[in-house]
Amino acid sequence: MKILIKNGRVVDPANKLDGISDILVENSQIIRVEKDIRLNADTTIDATGKIVMPGLVDMHVHLREPGREDKETICSGTKAALKGGVTTVLAMPNTCPAMDSPEALRLLKGIIKKSAKANVFICGAITKGRLGQELVDLAKLKKEGVVAISDDGASVDSDKLFLEALKQAHKQKVLVISHCEDKFLSSSGVVNRGLIATRMGLRGISKESEYKRVARDIELAAKTHTSIHIAHVSCKESLEIIAKAKKKGIKVTCETAPHYFALHEEAVLGFDPNFKMNPPLRGRDDMLALREGLADTTIDAIASDHAPHTENEKEIEFERAEFGVTGLETELAVAITELIETGILEWPELAGKMSLNPARILGLNKGTLGIGADADIVIVDPAAEWIVEKEQFLSKSKNCAFIAKKLKGSVEYTLCSGKIAYKAGSVR
Amino acid sequence: MPVAWTRKDLLGLEDLSREEIELILATAESFKEVSSREIKKVPALRGKTVVNLFYEPSTRTRVSFEVAAKRLSADVINIATETSSVKKGETLIDTGRNIEALKVDIIVMRHNYSGAAIMLARHVHASVVNAGDGWHEHPTQALLDIFTLKEKLGRISGLVVSIVGDIAHSRVARSNIWGLTKLGASVTVCAPPVLIPPEIEKMGVKVTHDIDEALANADAVNVLRMQFERDESGAFPQQLEYFKKFGITEDRLKKAKKDIIVMHPGPINRGIEMSSEVADGANSVILEQVTNGIAVRMAVLFLVAQANEHIKHEDTD
Repeated sequence: MKILIKNGRVVDPANKLDGISDILVENSQIIRVEKDIRLNADTTIDATGKIVMPGLVDMHVHLREPGREDKETICSGTKAALKGGVTTVLAMPNTCPAMDSPEALRLLKGIIKKSAKANVFICGAITKGRLGQELVDLAKLKKEGVVAISDDGASVDSDKLFLEALKQAHKQKVLVISHCEDKFLSSSGVVNRGLIATRMGLRGISKESEYKRVARDIELAAKTHTSIHIAHVSCKESLEIIAKAKKKGIKVTCETAPHYFALHEEAVLGFDPNFKMNPPLRGRDDMLALREGLADTTIDAIASDHAPHTENEKEIEFERAEFGVTGLETELAVAITELIETGILEWPELAGKMSLNPARILGLNKGTLGIGADADIVIVDPAAEWIVEKEQFLSKSKNCAFIAKKLKGSVEYTLCSGKIAYKAGSVR
Repeated sequence: MPVAWTRKDLLGLEDLSREEIELILATAESFKEVSSREIKKVPALRGKTVVNLFYEPSTRTRVSFEVAAKRLSADVINIATETSSVKKGETLIDTGRNIEALKVDIIVMRHNYSGAAIMLARHVHASVVNAGDGWHEHPTQALLDIFTLKEKLGRISGLVVSIVGDIAHSRVARSNIWGLTKLGASVTVCAPPVLIPPEIEKMGVKVTHDIDEALANADAVNVLRMQFERDESGAFPQQLEYFKKFGITEDRLKKAKKDIIVMHPGPINRGIEMSSEVADGANSVILEQVTNGIAVRMAVLFLVAQANEHIKHEDTD
């Protein structure tokens, strides 16, 4: 089975390639990348005028299975991923049960094997039940294949316990992904603390509750020489702390999500729960700082923090609604619209942040179009404009912050492991 | 008045223009007379149905809306829903749609969550009047406060008004700030630091923690109810301590303008927010506020009903 992708602009930062080229895929691998490949393939895709880049690696996805199959399943979530050009996801461990034991991991791996349409890697929990009380048995989790650990949704409050977790992670060579939030400081806030919260009569979440925990986590990681990755950075102060740490040579990486660089807190003024997420949308200054952080490489990765919720949990009073928004199907177009169109990033940089860098951070052999690499490829029409509509989503949930927005850039084809896994208009 | 009322709902004062606020006040003025007639009724909303949907216990606002609707000849239904059962019961949108299925014209809603009225209004065709949502807005209270002030002093523009009390958790404060500043008054808020919400000065008000300063040049002081029973944070000062530092007393009023207007949205905690002498004294307009509340709510019900008629007609054209 041979697939030939012709005449696309191939963007492959791993091999410092950005130019018109053809790609030949055979079985599940890329076997040739060169100009003007002439042969009779089983399928030939004309990619003239299109961007051909490595399939996206989204390192922050809540697939909800097992436990909340009403929100999302491995099957529906990975279908949504492919539609968005995402071929690899890291599944967050806040499922029910949490991914804190070999039994839970084996259960999840069974489901993935049966129903996943894209590559799914697993992030284990740091503590049992993600309760911040007792560490998981990391050696056993590693044996079951976790590539990172996180209590995402919560931070490990105890310095002592987190330090111990970092030591274990160092020993097992597992990445720690940190959800930075001091719950005592964020208390029961629902939007960014400040004028907007005051106007709306809502409790605020201070930026302090985020960046103080960023500072602590980096400090403890440095002490133990453990690699740490800061999830969903939302504010300027966190970025400054991360930039300083990077300069000192501390092994820290970070991600932000499209909503943080595309939107700011004024979006919540209409009390639409589709703008309610944690951390909250911050001020305009923070949004601009994140764009700078993306341009100056302080921010390594863009991840969706895809957080599906049912209508019953989202289409209710703002304060009662769940935190989080979906993002797998819009992240690439939002990034193109907000970062490429605005000149903040060039295509190779975008491919870096959405594919190569997250793959490297997680230690995955993904995010590249090199010879012999897994044939995970996305073909994008960079000029196509489309309007986000609820009815289009393949995710089980519709809680997207970009509904009704006009976006630029649409996924034409997604190849996963050498097969056409998505073609605009239909999922196979 | 050149401006026409075109909104199907009244959700807050933040979105209203100065002209729209003035239109409500002018309409209220013409309705005020109805309540002093032998037969206190006009047929303006005859055949219309108003539902008072209250998710929070309230007597005075609910009764005021009920009286207002009845004086406009509307039929009134009161629904009181225990907040605690909301979590298990139907969603707000479902409740709204069910009420609407009864062919109701106006839903007056009090809700303990900020933004609830905005959410409801998005999902029903009936008019929604916000009778208080969380800490967010209580537009008719602010309108009746402003109506009373204007009646007493002849104008709003140029007045100095202080709002004293738990600003952070007060929808009355927020609506008053929007309404008063839009009409050209200068507003000061006064409270202990923990009860001042972040960046409130960016709403165009001055902030002080000193009651005497708040009273010094004020033409009026609006004293908020301290809801000690609702304090979750433990941040509230002790009641007596609060009275000592922020309570309005005759001694304090002596240092203020002689004719300073003293307002309170009620119910008063005598001896906490103000002394009994002040509450019942010559400067107090507290009972007039209650009377004016009827006229203001009649105006609001009338305007939203009328606008919604127009909207419906346009839809069918």
